[in-house]
Amino acid sequence: MEKLTFRHTTQRALAGAKAQAITGVVASGNLEVLLERALPATECTVEIETPIRGYGEVWAAVVADFVARAQPGGLRITINDGGARPDTVSLRLLQGARLMEV
Amino acid sequence: MSERIIDPAAKGWATSWYEASARARIDGLLDAGSFREVVGPEQRRMSPHLPLFDLPRAFDDGMIVGPGRLDGKPVLVAAQEGRFMGGAFGEVHGAKLVGLLRAALVLKPDAVLILFDTGGVRLQEANAGETAIAEVMRAITQVREAGMPVIGLIGGRAGAYGGGGLIAGTCSRLVVSEGGRISVSGPEVIETNKGAEEFDSRDRALVWRTMGGKHRRLTGGADAYADDTLAAFRRAALDMIERAPAFDLATLEAEQARLEQRLTHFGDCRDATEIWARLGVNDPEAVPALTTAAFDTLLASLGETTHDAR
Amino acid sequence: MSGWHRERAARDARIEAGRAHAAGKVVTAAGVVALLEAILQPGDRVCLEGDNQKQADCLARGLSQCDPGRVHDLHMVQSGIVLAEHLDIFEQGIAKRLDYSYSGPQGGRIARMLYGGQIELGAVHTYLELFARYFVDLTPNVALIAGVSADLDGNLYTGPNTEDTPTVVEATAFKNGVVVAQVNEIVERVPRVDIPGDRIDFVVEADKPFYVEPLFTRDPAAMTETQILMAMMAIKGIYAEYGIRRLNHGIGFGTAAIELLLPTYAERLGLKGQIATHWALNPHPTLIPAIESGWVKQVHCFGSEVGMDRSIRERSDIFFTGADGSLRSNRAFCQTAGLYACDLFIGSTLQIDLAGHSSTVTQNRVAGFGGAPNMGSDPHGRRHPSDTWMKAGREAQVAGDPALMRGRKLVVQIVETFGEGLVPAFVERLDALELARKIGLELAPVMVYADDVTHIVTEEGIANLLLCRTADEREQAIRGVAGYTEIGRGRDRAMVERLRQRGIVRRPEDLGIEPLDADRSLLAARSIKDLVHWSGGLYEPPAKFRNW
Repeated sequence: MEKLTFRHTTQRALAGAKAQAITGVVASGNLEVLLERALPATECTVEIETPIRGYGEVWAAVVADFVARAQPGGLRITINDGGARPDTVSLRLLQGARLMEV
Repeated sequence: MSERIIDPAAKGWATSWYEASARARIDGLLDAGSFREVVGPEQRRMSPHLPLFDLPRAFDDGMIVGPGRLDGKPVLVAAQEGRFMGGAFGEVHGAKLVGLLRAALVLKPDAVLILFDTGGVRLQEANAGETAIAEVMRAITQVREAGMPVIGLIGGRAGAYGGGGLIAGTCSRLVVSEGGRISVSGPEVIETNKGAEEFDSRDRALVWRTMGGKHRRLTGGADAYADDTLAAFRRAALDMIERAPAFDLATLEAEQARLEQRLTHFGDCRDATEIWARLGVNDPEAVPALTTAAFDTLLASLGETTHDAR
Repeated sequence: MSGWHRERAARDARIEAGRAHAAGKVVTAAGVVALLEAILQPGDRVCLEGDNQKQADCLARGLSQCDPGRVHDLHMVQSGIVLAEHLDIFEQGIAKRLDYSYSGPQGGRIARMLYGGQIELGAVHTYLELFARYFVDLTPNVALIAGVSADLDGNLYTGPNTEDTPTVVEATAFKNGVVVAQVNEIVERVPRVDIPGDRIDFVVEADKPFYVEPLFTRDPAAMTETQILMAMMAIKGIYAEYGIRRLNHGIGFGTAAIELLLPTYAERLGLKGQIATHWALNPHPTLIPAIESGWVKQVHCFGSEVGMDRSIRERSDIFFTGADGSLRSNRAFCQTAGLYACDLFIGSTLQIDLAGHSSTVTQNRVAGFGGAPNMGSDPHGRRHPSDTWMKAGREAQVAGDPALMRGRKLVVQIVETFGEGLVPAFVERLDALELARKIGLELAPVMVYADDVTHIVTEEGIANLLLCRTADEREQAIRGVAGYTEIGRGRDRAMVERLRQRGIVRRPEDLGIEPLDADRSLLAARSIKDLVHWSGGLYEPPAKFRNW
């Protein structure tokens, strides 16, 4: 398994007060994303565990774009990946952020 | 500026049980906001075995457990995520279900609901998985003996196979939908062992005639038939809690007698359509195509097929 | 011996030799090998009906049981290489040379045999192109075809899966060829005459019904949010934008998702009656909801699809049916319809390069072309205008006198940026080039050439290549929708932004589409069972699609 960790700073904290949310399923072509409001307001970490090695650059780009778009300040995001394509990863991250904004 | 075109909060469009995730099933089944997950994903109690095989893990090991309310009644709920490792029983997955059942002896809910969606034991964790399955069956008998019904809900992609089928056999009552299947050996296993002539696993119509929801309901292998919606399973679960049998010697003896009768009446049948014909179904070939309403009418016309034998 | 009727005399001799194994025109399944050995000559050009869907499998088995000492060095000309026997005969020395169109299921084996020199390849064609050559330089001497039933005079009923048969028989029967038909049963009177008996020389009552594969059925249960998002973009960004009434959908989940979004998403956009009314299309089960909702005026079909016969019978206002009520398909005419009478082709692919050339060939598989390059091309012979065609033509704005402008057919490639196994769909260099080098092909097997592609739709957005004026703009437009592939990540961000300002690259947001709205609840049918309900129980899905 390959483990990847990305740390980002954001301009603001993510809206809402939801403490945690989970979306997706660990299955072929899919992934599970756990979001926890556990960090200081402008920090965000994304930890990934994936059985598909060698896509570090792609993960970095996907995560960076998500952070820029959703500004998920304060979130610790952990991912169990089942071999999902990058666009599915983006989708789940955005779904997760939306669930946390409630 | 993009406009939202669907309103996820809107009720009315029926959500498919078959398609729903385990969490979505719990959400649709129980009273809104009443579920409190125990040993949830944030605890990260994951499989200690899967990384050895380079397989991804799930935060909850594909088993979601906790207390909630069903029409105000306190219940304990366990739901399997059928899309993770085929819903198969692993060490943590199985332990959570065992733990929930043992907790029932202390908390004394009105019922325990098990939302099955499993192919059986997880081969990568076979010993722990099989042990857990055995412990679950023992725990279910203890819960039933203490007077609490254990209701199984079966309608997912994986069905209730292998150890899941065995556990289903120990439940007080079973609710099944058309897409659900209940068996021990799976179609491919039967074909591998007995040949395609005996059982062609690619003939999905045959698979569903033999193990599927309608057949199980017709022979009494399941006690209630539900449409493939969260709302229908909720109604059926409520109904089954009211009609669960006592767990006593009389029930077991009646179960034995009915199973013996089933063998006598149908033991020489070569296909489910023959069984249905003997049950009194006028057009057995038409059964798989029947809508839920038509199937319910058929069940009513055949009289009481619910009994304690599966 | 000189003379102008030698072919006819040779034909008569073959038929006489074959009569020894027949009762009138009828031959038993057991007599097939003897018949074939009697009528075939070494070096013959033979069309063994391997259509896209139906296969003359009894005759194929018979051919591969012939004695290579008597039957050898045949030149096979056929649409599809589908059955194992289609390639076995090359290993056995029965066949030597091949001209064909499509080889999906046999792609790997065909590549190995081409590389190993066991097959002498003429060329890989599109269907229409191969049919055309049947009348010029690839006319078959013998045609081995498949039908549903025949009477004792040889009148044939080919039924819903008529497909290539009339074309094959036309070329063979009228140029001194011999036609042998396998049928499921011999009857007193056929339900309708698809092929008149005087074009059929022998009829074989096959040992089992001819083989048909359900190729065009896509299970809605397997559709993903990504495919739904792309379908939404295609509908809003292309169908609505250009007013696409007349169209062809290539095979695949991407187009099936579009079909399932018509009664829901497209309905909410108020597009009913304005788009997707006239189709050149196989009877996709996923089109049932749109048909039942009143979107579709009519459909002409290349072939049929397993399970659709009853529902087609009950919708004779929509489909082409005979007096007997069953579908009449015709691949040659449907291909022509797709070429000239449709304003849009949309289909998927496996690889696209930086110019926009598109191919489904990978290094170890040769799938052939089927109908795609024909459907997915801009026909220069077209003359009748339509609003869509003219709008696209103005966008392309080719240099020269505007009074001499032509329109453009929309050729859309709809593809996810990453395919199976996370293999990128966007590449610097097509695998097709490597394959061509490896097996010595004169042309790289390109499915749609860059100058025919007008739009590319991915989950990241739509690239409009008609509006690009330089190769550089084209490259960046492609990179701009290539997502997180290496090609996509290598984009010139500033230039892509400028292209976005000009509408050459459009993201979902630019189209007013919220990606999180791409939800399975938008599908008019979410399962095969739903399709059965939509059809009122008329659709009878094959066993492998059932979960009841």
